[in-house]
Amino acid sequence: MADDPKEQQPPPLGSAGEKPAAPGAAPAPPKPVAPPVPKAPPVGPAPLDNDLVKRYRARFGAAIREAVEDRKQAILVVEREHLAEIARYTHDEEKFNLLSDLTAVDWPKREKRFDVVLNLYSFTHNARLRLKVQAGAGESVTSVSGVWPTANWLEREVYDMFGIEFAGHPNLQRILLPEEWQGFPLRKDYDILTQDQAWVRENLGIESGQ
Amino acid sequence: MGAGEPGDRERAVAEEGSKNQTVENTLKAGPGTLLGADELILNMGPQHPSTHGVLRVKLKLDGERVAGSECVIGYLHRGVEKIAEHRTYQQFGPYVDRMDYVAAVSNGLGYCEAVEKLLGVEAPPRAKVIRTILTELQRIASHLLWLGTHALDIGALTPLFYCLREREEILKIFEKYCGARLTTHAFRIGGLQYDAYDTLEKDTERFCNDFHRRIAEYEELLTGNRIWIARTQGVGILSAEDAIAMGVTGPVLRASGVQWDIRKAMPYAAYDQYEFDVPVGKTGDTYDRYLVRMEEMRQSVRICMQAIQNIPAGPILGKVGKVMKPPVGEVYHAIEAPKGELGYYIVSDGTVQPYRVRIRPPSFVNLQAFDKMVRGHLVADVVAIIGTLDIVLGEVDR
Amino acid sequence: MPAALQATLEFLRAYAGPLIASLVIVAVLPLIAGYVVLVERKVMADMQARLGPMRVGPHGLLQPIADAVKLLLKEDIIPEKADFWIFWLAPLVSVTAAMLSMAALAFGPAFQIARDINVGILFVVGISSLGIFGIVLGGWASNSHYSLIGALRSAAQLVSYETAAGMALVSGLLLGGSLQIRTIVEEQARQGVWFIFLAPVAFFIYMVASIAETNRAPFDLPEAESELVAGYMTEYSGFRWSLYFLAEYANMIVVASVATTLFLGGWMRPFASVRWMGWVDFLPPLLALGVAGYCVYRAPRQPVPVQKLVMLGVAGLCALVALLLAVPLLLPAAFFLKAGIHGAFWFVAKVGAYIFVFMWLRFTLPRYRFDQLMRLGWYFLIPVSIVNVMALGVGLVLHWQYRVNLWLALGGTTLLTLLIALWLVWADRKREAEALQARGGPGTPAADSYAG
Repeated sequence: MADDPKEQQPPPLGSAGEKPAAPGAAPAPPKPVAPPVPKAPPVGPAPLDNDLVKRYRARFGAAIREAVEDRKQAILVVEREHLAEIARYTHDEEKFNLLSDLTAVDWPKREKRFDVVLNLYSFTHNARLRLKVQAGAGESVTSVSGVWPTANWLEREVYDMFGIEFAGHPNLQRILLPEEWQGFPLRKDYDILTQDQAWVRENLGIESGQ
Repeated sequence: MGAGEPGDRERAVAEEGSKNQTVENTLKAGPGTLLGADELILNMGPQHPSTHGVLRVKLKLDGERVAGSECVIGYLHRGVEKIAEHRTYQQFGPYVDRMDYVAAVSNGLGYCEAVEKLLGVEAPPRAKVIRTILTELQRIASHLLWLGTHALDIGALTPLFYCLREREEILKIFEKYCGARLTTHAFRIGGLQYDAYDTLEKDTERFCNDFHRRIAEYEELLTGNRIWIARTQGVGILSAEDAIAMGVTGPVLRASGVQWDIRKAMPYAAYDQYEFDVPVGKTGDTYDRYLVRMEEMRQSVRICMQAIQNIPAGPILGKVGKVMKPPVGEVYHAIEAPKGELGYYIVSDGTVQPYRVRIRPPSFVNLQAFDKMVRGHLVADVVAIIGTLDIVLGEVDR
Repeated sequence: MPAALQATLEFLRAYAGPLIASLVIVAVLPLIAGYVVLVERKVMADMQARLGPMRVGPHGLLQPIADAVKLLLKEDIIPEKADFWIFWLAPLVSVTAAMLSMAALAFGPAFQIARDINVGILFVVGISSLGIFGIVLGGWASNSHYSLIGALRSAAQLVSYETAAGMALVSGLLLGGSLQIRTIVEEQARQGVWFIFLAPVAFFIYMVASIAETNRAPFDLPEAESELVAGYMTEYSGFRWSLYFLAEYANMIVVASVATTLFLGGWMRPFASVRWMGWVDFLPPLLALGVAGYCVYRAPRQPVPVQKLVMLGVAGLCALVALLLAVPLLLPAAFFLKAGIHGAFWFVAKVGAYIFVFMWLRFTLPRYRFDQLMRLGWYFLIPVSIVNVMALGVGLVLHWQYRVNLWLALGGTTLLTLLIALWLVWADRKREAEALQARGGPGTPAADSYAG
């Protein structure tokens, strides 16, 4: 169960009363509500090697680049070239038949700057699984809309916001932004104040306020 | 789904999907209508009384029968996900209320819990229970607004006003709790900012006791009404397999016969402490979706009644600092919002601002099933199906 | 020019009545329609737990006038691509037909509007159906898809329901033995029974069909707000739009008047033939007096002095009506006025009740879908109405030729009609269930649906 309720957190570093008072300072009144943040929270990515991962490794070998667990959630990083078969296997054999979400994350400093992220859910196992594919700028990712029809609009949105092409997508067009819009807003190099000035001028007849 | 040849079915679905999405191209030369007449292209929206906001639907009509459709969305796009990357975790809180603005409390709950998971903290029990009460009230309010507008779409004028009357009572509770009625920003990361006001339990109890009678009133107007049944039964049928394939969640999925509710499957807040049933439908038509939502309102009342019996004492805010720097990593947290699975996928790079916030909007994904549901039906059913999907365009477009 | 003058005088002498009547219709009907709208809004508000118009005048009493002024002053937009002349003409056709059909009606024995022509009912039904031309032409000329679909729906709907309504009217006419409005009412007075009791099925069919003909909910598909924005009226605005609106409400009054005349005893008082029920005569003046008293009671509570005055004015008006209704009862010398004044009261009251039922249905029922509307018309109403006419004819022949008791004969035939209607309902349900089955049918729950 990848999404179980959290196990008990270790107790915080100490209640306000036990805090070592700074020498010379007046004893601070104990704060009732907001004790200090735990310094080293026991959360963060860690390697994962459970049955599920073993099955994937056995079947796809090196195509499974990484298997990590973060906040008790399983993540598989897979090779871009093998996404189609892995998606098919995940859907048919592992029964992750609900594609909750498909999105992307931009890491401009990395060699392959995009992560395409698939959040999956299995009714059979009541478990979630996250598939990640890395794609460089200009590289296209295989569309999974043939496996999970939900992906149709979600991939269009990723294309709209990040400019990632999905090979084999039935209708890869912008979905939220106008078709003629220039630029991909959710890329990190697209500043929050950036706009397609020409589009705004032409279609709205105003000078952009930004 | 255990189908004999899943590959074939999926390919068929994909082909169907590709057809759906290229209406533009097929619009030009239709394969011939019933009487050999030209097809009519009706542009419904973005300004239309019953597209629930600024949805635009291009309908290809053969007479009054729908031969194809295409949804054009994005009129309300505000770039919420981009804004999130430029705000601190706390600052972004109020923004999520503006997505599904008729269920702001639910949105806030999802966001706060997602960030809490990312931080590795947990809200205290008292906060969890109060969150549950308010979220369930919000679910009732959202369903009430759906019921009223859905009935109005189908031509019943009166239920809307009854629904608004009851919704008003819920909004009054919100107002007493945090001062806001619609975009409440009721919760804080780590718990609550405000403790329950003195008569929260009493107000909720009074509402719940009253609501049983009210809901019977709506059912009297609609459930057995011959015209209502004729207008909703067999309209917009979505089979369980299609529903899962299209990714629809929430009452729409349950009406198709899949008993899946995140409150039960992966309990959050204080839902694991309470008893409630997850209603499911059989046929997945508009009438079943109506019945499922009606029953859900009853179950929400049940949860509220249990929750107010025993609100634990204690702090309302967990151990979070003023400066929130979640450790590097990512989390996906989903809750059962009134419209379906509302998920937050947050990536942290260890700074005070989220590196990426992805909001999985239930309305957006559910709307994708619209084309499948609407084909072969009449124009009048189009509005019934838009209504039954219960979309909020603020959330579809974000 | 004495010849011309003489000719004019001659003309006026011959046609003064109809001329005055036409002026009255044109001048008064909009006002009446406006107040019917106000009543509708108030009734709706009351059923929906709210107040309705409250701002213009006390309890919104002057709202119709404000609305009329607003509509007159609004910009009259004619879309660029519309067919100008037809767009311009279409509402006039609708409103003319509606007003013209009122001419043959009689609001009481003394208030014949224009002329009591010997084919009165036929005239009313025929002329009022012409209004559909305005709707179809307007919808076509607007050059909008919504308008076009609305117009098509309206045409199909009228064709389907006019048949049933006509058949229902024939049942009434068989009983009345005449097409002349006055004769029909007098026949009901002579027989001492309203025809609704002799032909209940016909009345029911006429009622349903007349709702559909006037495009009222649950049959308001031509202007279905949630689907077609405003149907054939989508592109109309301002005064032109209000003409359509006027036509709709005038049509409501027309169909209500026809139903009242034919089935509800026209201007007859309830229980007119029962001797000891004479006290019913005193109800109308007492009612008017009561309303006046209530207005006086409410007047001091109005927030603005002007509204207090208006409220008192309304009270005075009601008192005047009460006086008018009471005088023939109290003054033996004025007894000859009773038939006219009280007849008009009862007629208006019955028309009002009929329209109230229209409103009540509108706020209670959802809207039919177009195919369901057609199915109801063709599979149910038309067959039942035809059977009803035939059965009624048989019953009347039994009564006239074979001296069977009238009630026995008509009761038997009505029962027969009802049985056939039940069979039709059953057949329709079966057909519907089969259609549902064919369209996909109840699915089976997913095999691996997971309960959390």
